[in-house]
Amino acid sequence: MTTLLNPTGEHETAKRVQAQRPIALDGLTVGVLDIGKPRGDVFVNRVAERLAERGIAVKRYAKPSPNAPAIIATRQKMLAETQVAVIGLAD
Amino acid sequence: MSLHGIPDGLVAVVKRDCPTCVMVEPVLRQLAAAGTPISVLTQDDPAFPTGVPGVIDDTGLERSFELNIETVPTLLRIEHGRETTRAVGWHRGEWEGLTGIRALGVDLPEQRPGCGSLTADPNTADELAIRLGGVTFESEKVEIGGYEDEQEACFDRDWSDGLPVVPPTPVRVYRMLQGTQRDPKEVLGLMPPDYEPCTVEKVAINAVMAGCRPEYMPVLIAAVEAALDDAFVLHGIVATTMFVGPIVIVNGPVRKAIGMNSGVNALGQGNRANSSIGRALQLVIRNVGGGKPGGVDRAAFGTPGKVGFCFAENEEDSCWEPLSVERGIAPGKSAVTLFAGYGVQGIVDQNSRTPESLVRSFAACLAVMRHPKIYQGLDAIVVISPEHLRVFREAGWAKKRFISELMTLTTVPAEQIVTGAGGMTPGTPESARGTMVRKFRELLVVHAGGIAGLFSAVLEGWSGNSQSRITTKEVRN
Repeated sequence: MTTLLNPTGEHETAKRVQAQRPIALDGLTVGVLDIGKPRGDVFVNRVAERLAERGIAVKRYAKPSPNAPAIIATRQKMLAETQVAVIGLAD
Repeated sequence: MSLHGIPDGLVAVVKRDCPTCVMVEPVLRQLAAAGTPISVLTQDDPAFPTGVPGVIDDTGLERSFELNIETVPTLLRIEHGRETTRAVGWHRGEWEGLTGIRALGVDLPEQRPGCGSLTADPNTADELAIRLGGVTFESEKVEIGGYEDEQEACFDRDWSDGLPVVPPTPVRVYRMLQGTQRDPKEVLGLMPPDYEPCTVEKVAINAVMAGCRPEYMPVLIAAVEAALDDAFVLHGIVATTMFVGPIVIVNGPVRKAIGMNSGVNALGQGNRANSSIGRALQLVIRNVGGGKPGGVDRAAFGTPGKVGFCFAENEEDSCWEPLSVERGIAPGKSAVTLFAGYGVQGIVDQNSRTPESLVRSFAACLAVMRHPKIYQGLDAIVVISPEHLRVFREAGWAKKRFISELMTLTTVPAEQIVTGAGGMTPGTPESARGTMVRKFRELLVVHAGGIAGLFSAVLEGWSGNSQSRITTKEVRN
């Protein structure tokens, strides 16, 4: 019998409960996050327009780069100001 | 009373493989015959010494370890469960004083030094430290079956980059940790992409697997610290579809101390420190951070450098300041610089004999990096060879002038690179017309390579819109 030391992070996958989906967007504010990918703004702009046409409140946010996680201040602002978020996931 | 299970009285620790122990065998019989209470611990042969009652088999070395024996023979006295005196090796006067018996070993020389205790044998000392010395590890112990191949077991557990790894046994990890004064439990940071705590112990385990020697640990730890700096944006480097991986450049006295290569084939294979430090960093990212190809690592191609890419600067033969000094580290200090880069793009100019011609060759090669029309604040490292550097040295060019000329020569009117120009869609927007556009955000220069060859190399940076910044950390022991 040989003993080896585990080289991994030994993490256990965190189990997160999915947030309950709203039945309708009436009265809610939707956050739209541009992650910074080229032409990603074309997509999120169109989504924002379509939501606004339906009378839904929309707020815009952006990441400085698609390569790093959104800065904490942005995440906290979205949490405080919105109830629903639309976020692209790169390519 | 007793000490470690050994009763009060005399204790002699011996091994048959020691000529001095064999020499004092009659003395031990003489002591036993005199009626002196004596226990003899034998380290390698329970049948040695002969003719002496009370021989204790210590081939497991537990008692020798507990008594902290460094040399055999060692004679000591235990009174009321405590050691009171000790004689190391054979010295008649000391043995007579310790035992209170005169005329011991009169046929023997007055004195003779002993041999190393088996507890001090390099092959057993580390194993004893773990088995008996209270050394513990935070990491999970994974038991491998007796018939299981250790290296295959590492592959099976998805711990490898595709090449065989050195199985990380506790003894090997313990030895690796001797290469640093840092606490094994120290958390260097949260390793992306899983953001798992990366301890010094985890770094040591992966260093073993990569084939590092313990003395590489300070360099590897500095590389991990640089990788964990938020400015380096490691998460993005792992996750991107681009070719990038971390390139490790080492400066300062540690290069020579651990035998790194900055000369012939500096960017290639063949040097243990270069190869294993770069590989160990990637194994830490893979195993601790969970950054695996096909998982979070979505590189379309990757690059061979992602197995590991580490080299040293040739500072001794350079007229220009070392990269680390350029990056703010004091001269004479060792440092690691991490660069998010691709593979090696060659610059071949065997004809230029003036700096004016040669710098234009460099600029022309740099201008097409990534794409001839992509100008978006790129980073690059120029690895300049001894023969190319000579041209600039003989003309009295400083490093700053060299970089400044490269920046100027790679700045062009937007019209040349506007979208659609040259029949190619990529390029700057029409709105940029009338402006000058710079190709590079940062250009760094490192001196390395063999003394023969009018070639240099470009290490292309990932940057552009990536925001990853070149990161330098001082090497600490």
